[in-house]
Amino acid sequence: MTTLTDPPKEHFRLSMLLYDTRYRSATIQVVALMGFMLLAAWLLSNTIQNLEALGKPVEFGFFSEPASYDINQRLLEYDSRDSHLRAAFIGLLNTLVVAVLGCITATIVGVLVGVLRLSSNWLIAKIMTVYVEMFRNVPVLLWIVFAMAILIESLPAPRAFRGDNPTATMDLFNTIAVTNRGVYIPEALFSRSLGDIHFFGESAMRFDVSLDLIAIIVVLAGSIFAMRKVTAWANQTQEQTGDRPKIWHILLGLLFVPMLILLIALGFHLGYPELKGFNFTGGTHLRNSLIALWLALSLYTAAFIAEIVRGGILAISHGQTEAAAALGLRQGRIMRLVILPQALRVIIPPMISNYLNLTKNSSLAIAVGYMDITGTLGGITMNQTGRELECVLLLMLVYLCISLSISAVMNWYNERVKLVER
Amino acid sequence: MSNQSFVRTEMLPEQDPPASTVGVLGWLRENLFSTWINSILTVVSLVFVYYVLSNILSWTFLSVWNANSLTECREIMMATWGTTHGHACWAVINERWQQMLFGFYPPELYWRPILALVLLLVALSPILYAEKVSSKLLYLTAAYPFLLVWLMWGGSIWGPLMAAAGFGIGYLAYRFLLPVAGGLTALIAAFLLPVLWWLFLAGPVAGAINSVIPIGIASVESREFGGYMLALLLGVVAIGCSLPLGIVLALGRQSDLLIVKYLCVGFIEFIRGVPLITLLFVASLLLNLFLPPGTNFDIILRVMIMMTLFSAAYMAEVIRGGLAALPRGQYEGADSLGLNYWQAQRLIIMPQALKISIPGIVSTFIGIFKDTTLVSIIGLFDVIGLSSAIRADTAWNGIYWELFAFIGFLFFVVCFGMSRYSMYLERKLQTGHR
Repeated sequence: MTTLTDPPKEHFRLSMLLYDTRYRSATIQVVALMGFMLLAAWLLSNTIQNLEALGKPVEFGFFSEPASYDINQRLLEYDSRDSHLRAAFIGLLNTLVVAVLGCITATIVGVLVGVLRLSSNWLIAKIMTVYVEMFRNVPVLLWIVFAMAILIESLPAPRAFRGDNPTATMDLFNTIAVTNRGVYIPEALFSRSLGDIHFFGESAMRFDVSLDLIAIIVVLAGSIFAMRKVTAWANQTQEQTGDRPKIWHILLGLLFVPMLILLIALGFHLGYPELKGFNFTGGTHLRNSLIALWLALSLYTAAFIAEIVRGGILAISHGQTEAAAALGLRQGRIMRLVILPQALRVIIPPMISNYLNLTKNSSLAIAVGYMDITGTLGGITMNQTGRELECVLLLMLVYLCISLSISAVMNWYNERVKLVER
Repeated sequence: MSNQSFVRTEMLPEQDPPASTVGVLGWLRENLFSTWINSILTVVSLVFVYYVLSNILSWTFLSVWNANSLTECREIMMATWGTTHGHACWAVINERWQQMLFGFYPPELYWRPILALVLLLVALSPILYAEKVSSKLLYLTAAYPFLLVWLMWGGSIWGPLMAAAGFGIGYLAYRFLLPVAGGLTALIAAFLLPVLWWLFLAGPVAGAINSVIPIGIASVESREFGGYMLALLLGVVAIGCSLPLGIVLALGRQSDLLIVKYLCVGFIEFIRGVPLITLLFVASLLLNLFLPPGTNFDIILRVMIMMTLFSAAYMAEVIRGGLAALPRGQYEGADSLGLNYWQAQRLIIMPQALKISIPGIVSTFIGIFKDTTLVSIIGLFDVIGLSSAIRADTAWNGIYWELFAFIGFLFFVVCFGMSRYSMYLERKLQTGHR
């Protein structure tokens, strides 16, 4: 029987830091960390020196000074005496508005185009291919300025609506005015309004929420809850007795009657845009900049989403369809129960990263003068106050927060739908 | 069955398929009019295509090519067709195409960017079409970065030559120190010596040689760069530099070394989380603040750095996808052959991972090339910035569509070409059994 000899006791030598795999990874990491910290320190000290030379210490006091510029497209009330912080907040909301609108439109158009590209109709498939290639291979900035130019150049001026023989007329039974200064759409008004609740008092983040809106949402939620209860009762009855009670009229009534009562009680009516003098008043005014940005971003992103949807559907092997058909499922159910759940697993992650791209591309708003966060914080506020460092860093931080929240949602989804293997 | 009276003993000749299923008619029936919904869709799309094409084609081809201003263009249109609508005024492109392509680059030096572009195609050919082109051209590929800088900015040839000499010094140091001092010392020397050379010696030496043997061409200032040339220049530099940087970042992110990994993750996620425009703000406003006081280097160089970092982060994610898609067995196989980390990466992992990620890599290239237009927002005169400048001229005030169509065409050709090439490459490298 052999005895194991102890390995010779080695003294620690300096060269082992490099040649011994036990220590090498630690050495590399320490060197990397030191290199990184040296670089950071070097940049930081340079910055401090430069700022001192310029006489501009880093401070954020300028945020409470009055912004003294106007933001013409906004969700909340704001005027030029409000602070820079308030302007940035309004800008952030504008970014979110155009991002949400864009994502919704891009999804609808993209899914439609993606499905149509797989159409058995040769002509339709080709037209969709042309659309996708055209939008994917031309810069989004060009599409944005192009959309803006179309809106400004080809739409009638408000004065074209005037006079006895106007050259332009309002659309949709005189409710929508499409002009080269933007689109005027009807707004919801309440003659017996409940008023607003104010959040955050007088601070820069203050915002008002209409109690009417809250009431509508509450009633809608209540209706849906009641409808689900009724459906559950119908299901139960069907299981016990074999007969399904007729409920569709109850469901319709539950959906519409409370809402109608509420709307009448609040005195709901629409405020239509009207031509007064040289311009339209009343209604909601969507500026050209918003519409151009929204259109261009959604059509551009839709081209990418179309490719993702097409790829996702093609990724599901034909055997799945055939197996489902062999089980006797109908065409619609094959799509809903077999193909779609698998395709969505492939489609959703790149789709969300396209939403992220759209949100980031919305910073190009600055090219058409839409006042998003880049236009306010990174545009006029920065130019007025001369605080480049603070403004740009804060701007990056805001976008980083938005991006990281979207990625968090994506990771959560990926985790949830992950195939559990082995 | 005794009263069976007829049994066919020979085959009947094959009949032609029904006329409605073959030829043009069959194709039409199958692809355009298979069901009544399809028929309606086909008719509607035909009307749509006719409407769009008839408008666009007549706008494009019934157009004015020679005029000095938009007003004159409209007069000619009025005289020829009796309307000013529906006809393009290509005269603006005819007059300004040089400016839109080259910006304010001196006209007598246009041959330099053109030569740079031709050389780029030649230098790329041994990479793009490896099997058809002699590999000797790779020497040109290696020299191309220095040639590009020299041709575009001009000046003395010794600056770029001395910069290139740094790489030679590194190589020589490694070569001669390897047998003498061992691998590690040689490696460190091969990194350190060129850096020292570039920092302290390259400039003075180039200056000294230039005072003795002045060889050079007229130098061009960065602010004279512009137009489509600027987009191509930024695109080529960002694409060329971001691929190696992206590979390094992807390897870092996949690495077992915790600190290296988190540094890479932090960098990638930060860059991917912010829009390019904020990075361009950094390039134009902040980068000089981050560098030692008194440094003031070229805006185009600053933009190049930021665009490279930006695309490298995206590239890293694409390559990481390729690395993750590689089966575990490939790594284990490389280990079992006794290859070390870098050998395994170079011979086994990277060729496969890069092949998997070709579509992603090329779409990142296309993305970064399209994003070069964003520099117009920080005040560089790229082709979109120039289109506004042309419109600011009283002669061409109010001209939009011709300029946009021209710009769109320029980008479309290059981007579409890149995406077709990536498809060709995918097919060529396809080794799977499908």
